[in-house]
Order: sequence, then structure tokens, then C-alpha cells
Amino acid sequence: MDHTPRALFAMISAGLEDEVLSSNTPWYCVSCYACTTRCPQNIPITDIMYTLKEMAIRAGRYDHPHAAKFSETFIGFVEQRGRSFEAGLATRYHLFHHPQQVIKLGIMGMGMLRRNRLPLRPKSIRQIDQLQAILAEAKALAAKEVEA
Amino acid sequence: MTASRYPYYPGCSLQHRSHAYQQSTEAIARSLGFELAEIDDWNCCGATEYFSVNRLPAYALVARNLALAADQGAEEIVVPCSACFLNLHKTDKNMKLYPELGSKVNKALAAGNLHYEPGTVKVRHLLEMILTDIGVDRLKDRTRRPLYGLKLAPYYGCLVARPDSVFDSTEQPTAMDKMLEALGAQVVPFSLKTFCCGGHMTQISEETALDMIHRIVKCAADSGADALVTLCPMCQLNLDVYQEAANRYFETSYQVPVLFFTQVIGVALGLSPKELGFGQEFVDARVLLDKIQDVPPPRATPARRSKQALPMPAMPE
Repeated sequence: MDHTPRALFAMISAGLEDEVLSSNTPWYCVSCYACTTRCPQNIPITDIMYTLKEMAIRAGRYDHPHAAKFSETFIGFVEQRGRSFEAGLATRYHLFHHPQQVIKLGIMGMGMLRRNRLPLRPKSIRQIDQLQAILAEAKALAAKEVEA
Repeated sequence: MTASRYPYYPGCSLQHRSHAYQQSTEAIARSLGFELAEIDDWNCCGATEYFSVNRLPAYALVARNLALAADQGAEEIVVPCSACFLNLHKTDKNMKLYPELGSKVNKALAAGNLHYEPGTVKVRHLLEMILTDIGVDRLKDRTRRPLYGLKLAPYYGCLVARPDSVFDSTEQPTAMDKMLEALGAQVVPFSLKTFCCGGHMTQISEETALDMIHRIVKCAADSGADALVTLCPMCQLNLDVYQEAANRYFETSYQVPVLFFTQVIGVALGLSPKELGFGQEFVDARVLLDKIQDVPPPRATPARRSKQALPMPAMPE
């Protein structure tokens, strides 16, 4: 982790946009909300970390490509089918981004398969067109937000 | 009990890697006499991934589920997965709290001929629903096989305890502790009950994740727990499936089974281990069943002060 969250927030106050957006710190956030509930100033730190990730992706400046690719691969399946698909996510993400780990992952995958914990056929929702229309509209609105 | 038929949002994990959670939830529902009616055509909640990439579509994705539930006449929705619970709860709350966000989400939903009025559907976690609507006393009454002699570490994880606690405390919740005690088990003092399991970190920085997993498993073992009890599919996956990897990395040999709270309730209700999905875990949990005793273990008498001990400090006169 490049900066502690405290340092990162001080950097935001100081206006160090480049350094903040290229820091890998937000990508180490596990969304546990411990900071958010404890912050004496009631700063929604977790949500700000999300926003920093979003801004970093948009600016093409993030320093932790794996984390961003993992999120994007996950979302790809959801947008395509309406449900997440773990066997596909693990395979696609690791083949493209961690090919050296595929064997290790395969061993764990076999264990999951044997215990009936890794269905190989993805599930889809019925009204996927409806979901895709909603997401397309939301993306258009989000793009307008960024312009404004 | 207030209702017997609950609108239900299972989430993707329960249909994939956490089938035991689904099976045991269905089994105890049958046994306790309530029905879970799945929301028709629900979609993924986006987990912790979508919110960190594109905020507005993330809210719209979650809101579709709330809109469907409302259209299908639901006033509440019961959710077993912590991440799904958080996302549904957060979307409902923030759409109301930030009307501008609410209207944008509804603009997106309109593209699919849907609309959601925030506040219409109350989002509830399965554990909270069981504790509130069925209650500890009723669970105690229905217990056929008390879990005498079993030492359990209640592990709440993050997303049900925080940020909007549905229990008594975000730091030190005790709701599940009381439930496990009512079932006859002994609850060990467990200081990492709301420490994070690492979520998706195993995929991003494995060393970071293994450190977090190791801390929780070690703390449970050091507290003398026979097993960890979870209420979240992600926590169960990390602590169970990656326990061996953490052992290898830290050169330890912990074997702490990780159960869903619904499996523990099921055992106490006298249901069969198979019906509750036992055997799908990586660290074998079936050994726990042999540890259950027929009579409650004697209460440990508090140690007496030794006669040679130094005097206790006293307030000056």
C-alpha cells in the first residue's frame, strides 16, 4: 500500500490529484466499513475509496491493474447474464491477468467441483434485455454527470 | 412470529459456492414453519465490485431487485448474504437520503419500465429476521439436540454489523452469541468477531488476504473454539477454502471448521447433517457432531484467590 488512508486524505485536501489517483491505496480497500463507522468526522471513507477507484479508471491512471480488471471481469458477466458466474470469472480473470496462477487455481477449483461448489454452467435471468436497457440508461446518465 | 411467508433474495453465492447455506436455510425454514418465496427474476447485486467501477449503474442494478420485489407485492425482503444485504439496504437508504440520486436511479429503471419508491421494501438479513420474528426463546423450545459441549466462535464479519448495524453494536455485536447459547453451545470470547475476512482480496493480493484469514482462524483456535460460525458466504469461503493456503503460508496447522449459522440451528433442531449441507466444506465439520455431549458440561468454578496472593488495593480512608 503506497499511502495510509490518513495520508491519502491529507493529499486530497492538499489537491495532489495526480498522486492520489495513481496511488494503489484505494485498491487495497476491502469494503469492510470499519473506518466509516469509526470516523469521528463522519466521513464515508469507504464510499470515497470507491469514488477514487472510479476516477482513477476514468483517468486511466490506476496503479493496481489486477484489482480493476477483476472488478471489470466480474461486472462483464453480470451485464451479460444478470448473475455472477464464478467458474467463468476465475478462469477468464486468471488466464488474462495471472496465467502463472492457473495451475494453483485449478487445484482449488477441482476441490470446489468435487464438493458441488462450482457449477460450470452459468445461470441467466429471464428479462436480461430489461436489465441491459436499465444499465445502458444508467451509464448514459453517469457519463452526463462526469461532463457536468 | 409475524409472518410465515417471506419474500426472499438468495443472491448468486447461495446458488454456487455456498450451496450448504441455501440447503440449511431451506431445511430450518421447513422445520421452523416459515416459507421463503424467491423474488421472481432477481439479478446479481454487484457485490463489492460494481460500486467501485461505476456508481450509478451499480445503484440501478440493485434497485431493479427492489422494484421487482415491490411490484410482486413485497413489503420486506429477507437476504442471507451479507454483501447482498448491504447493497440492497444501502440502495434503499441512499435513494431516500439523496433525492437527486433517487431520481436518476428511477430514470434508469424507467428504461426497463420499472419504478421504485425508496422505503417501500424493508431489507432484512436472515439472522436478524430469525432472531426478531422467531426469537431465541422459540429456538430454545424447538431444540431437539442441544449443542452441549460445543465451543463456538461467533463470526459476524463486516457487512451486516457495519455500516448500518442491524444488531446491538457495530463493534461488539452479541445477537448471534445469545442465539448460540440458547441452542446449548458454549460461546467463546472472540475478539475478532467483526474483523474483515478480506472479501475479494484473495484474488487481488493473496498475501494480504492470507494474513487476514490467518488472524481470524488463529484467534478462534486460541480462544478454544471448535468451530467458527458465519452468516456470510464470502466469509465462509475465505476462512474455509483458504485455510489450508494460510496454513501453508504461515507454516501452521489449524483445522477450524467454518459453519453457517443456519447449519448450527439445523443440528440443534435435530435435522440430518446431509440435509444441512455438511460435507461441502474443505475443513471437515462432521467431527463437530461427535463432540456434542448428552449433558451440559459442568460450569467452570471461578478460581479462588490464593491465600499467598498480595492484598487487593483499597481506597484510602
